[in-house]
Amino acid sequence: MLEIKNLHVKLEEEDKQILKGVDLTVEAGKVHAIMGPNGSGKSTLSYVLSGKDGYEVTEGSAALEGKDLLDMDVEERAAAGLFLAFQYPVEIPGVGNMTFLRTAVNAQRKARGEEEMSSAEFLKVIREKAKSLKIDAEMLKRPVNVGFSGGEKKRNEILQMAMLEPRMCILDETDSGLDVDAMKLVADGVNALRDSGRGFLVITHYQRLLDHIKPDVVHIMADGRIIKTGGPELALEVEKNGYADILAEVA
Amino acid sequence: MALPQAKLDATEARLSALALPEGGWSDPARQDALARLRAMGLPTARDEYWKYTRPDTLVTADAPAAAVLDQDDETPLFAARDRLKIVFVDGVFSAADSDDLSLEGVSVDRLAEAKDIHWAKDLYGVLEAQGQTPVARPLAALNTAFASDGVLIHVTGKVSKPINLIYRHEDSTSDAILHHVIKLDAGAEATILENGPAAARFNQCIEVDVADSATLHHIRAQGRDHERRAATHIFARLGQESTFKSFTLTVNGMLTRNEVMIDITGDDAVAHVAGACMGDGAFHHDDTIFVTHDAVNCESRQVFKKVLRNGATGVFQGKILVKPGAQKTDGYQISQALLLDGDSQFLAKPELEIYADDVACSHGSTSGAIDEEGLFYLRARGVPRGTAEDLLTIAFIAEAVQEIEDESLQEELVERVAAWLARRRS
Ligand SMILES: Nc1ncnc2c1ncn2[C@@H]1O[C@H](COP(=O)(O)OP(=O)(O)OP(=O)(O)O)[C@@H](O)[C@H]1O
Ligand SMILES: [Mg+2]
Repeated sequence: MLEIKNLHVKLEEEDKQILKGVDLTVEAGKVHAIMGPNGSGKSTLSYVLSGKDGYEVTEGSAALEGKDLLDMDVEERAAAGLFLAFQYPVEIPGVGNMTFLRTAVNAQRKARGEEEMSSAEFLKVIREKAKSLKIDAEMLKRPVNVGFSGGEKKRNEILQMAMLEPRMCILDETDSGLDVDAMKLVADGVNALRDSGRGFLVITHYQRLLDHIKPDVVHIMADGRIIKTGGPELALEVEKNGYADILAEVA
Repeated sequence: MALPQAKLDATEARLSALALPEGGWSDPARQDALARLRAMGLPTARDEYWKYTRPDTLVTADAPAAAVLDQDDETPLFAARDRLKIVFVDGVFSAADSDDLSLEGVSVDRLAEAKDIHWAKDLYGVLEAQGQTPVARPLAALNTAFASDGVLIHVTGKVSKPINLIYRHEDSTSDAILHHVIKLDAGAEATILENGPAAARFNQCIEVDVADSATLHHIRAQGRDHERRAATHIFARLGQESTFKSFTLTVNGMLTRNEVMIDITGDDAVAHVAGACMGDGAFHHDDTIFVTHDAVNCESRQVFKKVLRNGATGVFQGKILVKPGAQKTDGYQISQALLLDGDSQFLAKPELEIYADDVACSHGSTSGAIDEEGLFYLRARGVPRGTAEDLLTIAFIAEAVQEIEDESLQEELVERVAAWLARRRS
């Protein structure tokens, strides 16, 4: 599904290497988790994959279902099935949540040569999905993320994911800022999307989320590289002992 | 104080091309206005009030030519609405294109025809003259003196449909001077819609008297003709518990100066002036606003948004004056520009002058580029760059558009803006 090979990334503006050779393959139907100390490059990886400005790929490749991601525009990547749930969802004053989502859903459909969703159908689907995430009608009407609490923003990200039905979902610290109940809602939202044709890459600092979204593979990222890969037990080890042992092991 | 020779010369040069119309009851007001104009002279680039906008093409004897836009790609605004149409072509009333002027709750007369002693006598040139202090507005005095026509609207009740003043432009050298007087009796309510470029050069003055508890909604769209020029003035006087809301959309036009003077004279009144403009290339747009609070517990808002690209210029000069005793004033003023490229510029002069101690006034002015974070977010959800930019641009003007109370009018204007943006991209 997602194949990242030897990815090297530096900042465009300054001479700072952030990713120093990331190798990672997420298979369809699988959930991979990435953990790692602050500043190790997890968000950078997610931004580079989704095409954010400001980063320069100096070496390596990234492909989604065999197609070169790095060659595509941001919106093309989205239409190809890539989705990033932002660590910090952006507020967009003046653009209604509904308008935004409908524009996005239909733009993606159009780009893929599919039929656009009618307003009636869209309304029906979004109401249903919003309900299961406990997002009320008033929140749907508000401008995108404006005045949303931290947890509401994260739920809104999952709603977008549910509406867009991407092939490959990257979740960047979607659990941060969530209370216990919201965490459960979000995890249920993610689990509802799990199927054999879809891949997940879940960036998190805490085992807690992984209790709900059971990963198949866990990676540890440090200083711009994946330094260790293992099963779900690796997350438990981090939870218990922190990163010191793992860092020492590979040093 | 004697006027500088350059000003005198410019004024006389302009006057030589004009003749006072035969105005009947309005003659004394016209004579007075001419005397006022001679005393202050026409604006020149040296005037402080014209620091950001060059007045020269507005005061030349002949109007600079402006090509007529072939507007086949769009139906005229407001066309689908039930309204009373009053049409002027290059400043000349067109009876053939206008509706019958009778409508319940309102009397409408043409300035050029109302020769008898008329109710408008108490207002024509009166509010304009009052609006000449503390800052001179010579183009408005010129208008009062030389206006060739206009409408005198007396609203006595709740008018069932909007009155739509339509200004067509068909002659590339037309130079139109129109003067309207709108008087609302106590408790009366009306909506005035205006649209169209009017002329190659358009000098417009509107005097508005909103009596106690009356409400006037004013929504204006200045035409898309690229080379047209306009200098407009609104002088509004607000009575107790009255409401006046005015919104202007300006798309294209080489030069536009919209001045709005609001005098809040009755307690608990509400005055909102807002505008959005879209400019590309040879476009200069100036909003000059002066709101005077002279009563207790009144609210005023000034909300102006400018979208500029390709070297377009936006100007905002806005003032809130709170007179002694005008306690509990709630004054708000915001002017913002969205600069779609590095060539465009926004010049702003926001001012507060407050002589009462129990007031809440805020003002702000910003200019900036499109929000890159928002753009990335939209694109990351699959919205193509162009569409995403348009969404953000429309979002930018939303605060101004939302000053219009009627949501269907909001939508109609936003559609025009969206179409304009789409044309820029194709
Ligand atoms: N645009 C940027 N400008 C400057 N430094 C940057 C930029 N983007 C990333 N960095 C730096 O790159 C490093 C990796 O940042 P990144 O956000 O990817 O870390 P992270 O692993 O997601 O951390 P966290 O767990 O705190 O979210 C950090 O040192 C960060 O300061
Ligand atoms: Mg991060």
